[in-house]
Amino acid sequence: MRRSTTESRALQIVLIAIALLFLAFFLALPLIAVFGEALKAGFGPFLDAVTAPDALSAIKLTLLIAAISVPLNLVFGVAASWAITKFQFRGKSLLISMIDLPFSVSPVVSGLIFVLLFGASGWVGPWLAEHDLKIIFAVPGIVLATVFITFPFVARELIPLMMEQGKDEEEAAISLGASGWQTFRHVTLPNIRWGLLYGVLLCNARAMGEFGAVSVVSGHIRGETNTMPLHVEILYNEYDFVGAFAVASLLAGLALVTLIAKTVLEWRFNLHGSARH
Amino acid sequence: MIRVQNVTKTFGDFAALHGIDLKIKAGEFVALLGPSGSGKTTLLRIIAGLEFQDGGEVLFDGEDVSSRSVGERQVGFVFQQYALFKHMTVAENVAFGLSVRRKGRPPKADIRARAEELLRLVQLDGLGKRYPGQLSGGQRQRVALARALAIEPRLLLLDEPFGALDAKVRKDLRRWLRGLHETMGLTSIFVTHDQEEALELADRVVVMDHGRIEQVGTPEQVYMEPASPFVSDFVGETNQLPGGIHVRPHDIELVTSGGIPVVVDNVFRRGGSWRVEGRIEGHDRVVEFDVNAANPAPMLGETVQIQPLREREFQKHPS
Repeated sequence: MRRSTTESRALQIVLIAIALLFLAFFLALPLIAVFGEALKAGFGPFLDAVTAPDALSAIKLTLLIAAISVPLNLVFGVAASWAITKFQFRGKSLLISMIDLPFSVSPVVSGLIFVLLFGASGWVGPWLAEHDLKIIFAVPGIVLATVFITFPFVARELIPLMMEQGKDEEEAAISLGASGWQTFRHVTLPNIRWGLLYGVLLCNARAMGEFGAVSVVSGHIRGETNTMPLHVEILYNEYDFVGAFAVASLLAGLALVTLIAKTVLEWRFNLHGSARH
Repeated sequence: MIRVQNVTKTFGDFAALHGIDLKIKAGEFVALLGPSGSGKTTLLRIIAGLEFQDGGEVLFDGEDVSSRSVGERQVGFVFQQYALFKHMTVAENVAFGLSVRRKGRPPKADIRARAEELLRLVQLDGLGKRYPGQLSGGQRQRVALARALAIEPRLLLLDEPFGALDAKVRKDLRRWLRGLHETMGLTSIFVTHDQEEALELADRVVVMDHGRIEQVGTPEQVYMEPASPFVSDFVGETNQLPGGIHVRPHDIELVTSGGIPVVVDNVFRRGGSWRVEGRIEGHDRVVEFDVNAANPAPMLGETVQIQPLREREFQKHPS
């Protein structure tokens, strides 16, 4: 192995041990606890808890929310990164900081913004009520909040990647007569596919796991506007620990799958990246 | 014929081109030569349609193409870093221009045959199934060239085509490109900052500096009759003697008396002659000149007399 650092072997071992202990305490232990609590009473109660009508409806809603917001943010993220990295225009730096906004604003505040806009006493609330449209305390509100919270993920992943790749290949394609769409389809997309998948994966994990913003706009109507994270909270507050941890273990499972997929992608990604020279 | 008329371009506050006028005849091989920041690449990209001028026109065969996109201008563009499509095979790269054609796209078998033919032309037959990452720099550059030629461009534009290659490959590829230009009857423009490359390859050299054309001429004219101190200095080596006189190192001879006295600081061999570095006595000005190596080398610290054989005098540069 190549050694470019000068730390002594002992120091390296100490540092690695600290990192491992930290990971075990803050990541592995809670994960084990979640699955342990969920299966405490055996597999039967676990299955009952996750197939209860309210749990099933929470799972369905969560999947629906992800199915709507992830594709939206995929399109938005690609469009924004394409615009930012391949073109020069006024207000570019403003757009870049806008993309980061959801990361810098507390999710609860994000949720409140939507209540302020679409709630009964909000700016467009009365108009919505007149036309019998429900946004807050209904599915559209949850979708809006989730889209807002998760929109940086794809763009943040793609912008540095596309910046590094430059625009030579796109220029070569259009100089050979390709249309904008052909250029995107045949040149840009293959170059960014691993980064894009990675961004989508993170976006999806967050869309399914978002609590704060969704909690504000959802209204916690059982069987209607409860997503999985909200359902976990309700069960927990009702002292239904097996139920709460059972649903929580599904979310934790999603996290694990995401983590594995992310590792695989990173590996492919680097492989691809290093084959470029 | 390509005509560039009064083309200007600014990037923000930076004026990249000031009123460029240039004519290029069909079949010519033209070099845009200049230091970085001289505007040569910007001019090339404007001719291509990859960049658009703020003022002036670009005409192809008398037709104003200023508002046409690069795809509509039918030019072959070869990028400095090749810009090959990494995820496509060499053959797919070469075939790209034909396979994205929306009208009059040839059948698949024809496209494949054409790609093979072009790979043969650039001496890469048999490598069609490889990926760009598996090729050497020189091979990649030839793939880029074959890809650009596939669309039968009426103009071939090359941006520092040899910049990323090592010296030996560069020299071979240069000669080969010159041959290709002639056998295919192309009209080509290439950008370079290497004066040797420009002088060796081009029919005509366009010397640029600070967004202006300093001189347009054959390599011989540009070298022997530089139009400005900049050209004299940038194209080939030049000494500035007192009184605004410019003289090339090989245009200086040693005389026994009546010349300019020079104190010898350094002598080394350069091919068939001694390269002498010295200072003009009484001035701090450095002079370099060549002495036939058949003669003994001047001694260090010795004072010799030099006489310019050919010299050029420049008025104060208009600015």
